[in-house]
Amino acid sequence: MATYSTNEFKAGLKIMIDADPCAIIENEFVKPGKGQAFSRVRIRNLKTGRVIERTYKSGESVESADVMDMEMQYLYNDGEFWHFMVPDTYEQYQADKTAVSEAMKWLKDQDICTMTLWNDSPLTIVPPNFVELSITDTDPGLKGDTSGGGGKPATLETGAVVRVPLFVQIGEVIKVDTRNGEYVSRVKS
Amino acid sequence: MTAIEWRPSCEITQLKQRAQMLAAIRQFFADKKVLEVETPLLCQATGTDPELDFFKSNYHFPPNNKILYLQTSPEFAMKRLLASGCGSIYQICKAFRNGEQGRYHNPEFTLLEWYRVGFDLHQLMAEVAELISELLTPTLAIKSIQKISYQDLFFQITGLNALEFCAKSYQAYALEEGISEAIALCENDHNLWCDYIFSFKIQPTLVNNTLYLIHSYPASQASLARINSDNFAVADRFEVFINGVELGNGFFELADVTEQQQRFEKEIQARVNKKLPSVKKDQRFLAALKVGLPNCCGVAVGIDRLLMLLSASDDIASVLAFPVDRA
Repeated sequence: MATYSTNEFKAGLKIMIDADPCAIIENEFVKPGKGQAFSRVRIRNLKTGRVIERTYKSGESVESADVMDMEMQYLYNDGEFWHFMVPDTYEQYQADKTAVSEAMKWLKDQDICTMTLWNDSPLTIVPPNFVELSITDTDPGLKGDTSGGGGKPATLETGAVVRVPLFVQIGEVIKVDTRNGEYVSRVKS
Repeated sequence: MTAIEWRPSCEITQLKQRAQMLAAIRQFFADKKVLEVETPLLCQATGTDPELDFFKSNYHFPPNNKILYLQTSPEFAMKRLLASGCGSIYQICKAFRNGEQGRYHNPEFTLLEWYRVGFDLHQLMAEVAELISELLTPTLAIKSIQKISYQDLFFQITGLNALEFCAKSYQAYALEEGISEAIALCENDHNLWCDYIFSFKIQPTLVNNTLYLIHSYPASQASLARINSDNFAVADRFEVFINGVELGNGFFELADVTEQQQRFEKEIQARVNKKLPSVKKDQRFLAALKVGLPNCCGVAVGIDRLLMLLSASDDIASVLAFPVDRA
């Protein structure tokens, strides 16, 4: 099994910790002038998203995690699984609810997402930074109010609810930033 | 193609600050009539400390091609000068430690090392505080000087006795402090526990703008210091810290050649156990000790870290012209 020594530690490296795949966020070399050198790493557990700190003795080896990111096209949801495809090879992957998690409210057929695979199984899905979705429901609001102050909730075709300006109406397509769930603009069709 | 990093990683003002600091150090020692010396960076022997990794080079000079080491510290060579009767000396030089790179480490760094013949540890600590305060003023005004023993500081912060290992209380402390990883990492290695707790729990609590002189280290961490004559549990060793940064390390220098031999042998054995490259005892250094090292105290201070404090920077690269990645 592949291992990494602490002197190979750097941000982005994927390692196994407590049987979970993790990504190193930051590695700090700590050494008293006389005494043991340590690698202190901040790591993100790729399964849970939790960030923890861990300390290793310099020179220790840690098992690598077979984790890779792949661009994939979202196909459909069969009620239980979400199906994705690698555009170049047509290879398909099915992800469960845990892997899709928060991304589910932004997924629209054909959109290209980033799937993180661990031992070739879907671990997490990151939707595109920006998605264009149509509004299925929102309060019609007052005619002629274009001030945009305050805004109102709108339900999108994927089920996500975002705050939109008062002038945005049912049936319109809007651009949303999936990283903070905020409305960006209307999309002219 | 990415652009080649040929420029220094520090500002030009840093070069000036360094030059000024070196000039101030030379003036300080000239005033005190301490002699500046130079010793080789390339040496035929090196230290045995299992925690220090070294650079090795091949010297092509037939018929006896030799291995030469880049020094990890000028200590042995300077002690040979002391044994030759040169009196108090200082040196500003490069030292090299393989594999050490991080916010506070570059594998090649600048050391100020000095030895005071006839000084005791407390006199040397006072001189260290005097020099460092002078070098940092007025940019970083030292508000107070805290002189405290390793044991007292350790107890104040953790409630643990640093001189006596009690697995149960150390483990209980780790659990209480949310550092349970230390239990598996340090096992029953007392020195490792001390290094861990000191690095991650004690250093961060040191008060800013205060110069700490932490003395009387556990005897097991004596390094090249004498064991205290009144208390065999501690060594006559101190360390200097400012703003959580370790700046220097000083000893009442071990002069007993037999004990020095034993410490070398212990470290050589530790290297074998850890499957580290083997190292021979420095025979020239031992021969000098046999003739006699005068009673003296010595200390080494990291110049790059002093410059980091002066510019309030948290990366050694910002005070070096060319850190190893650009060297």
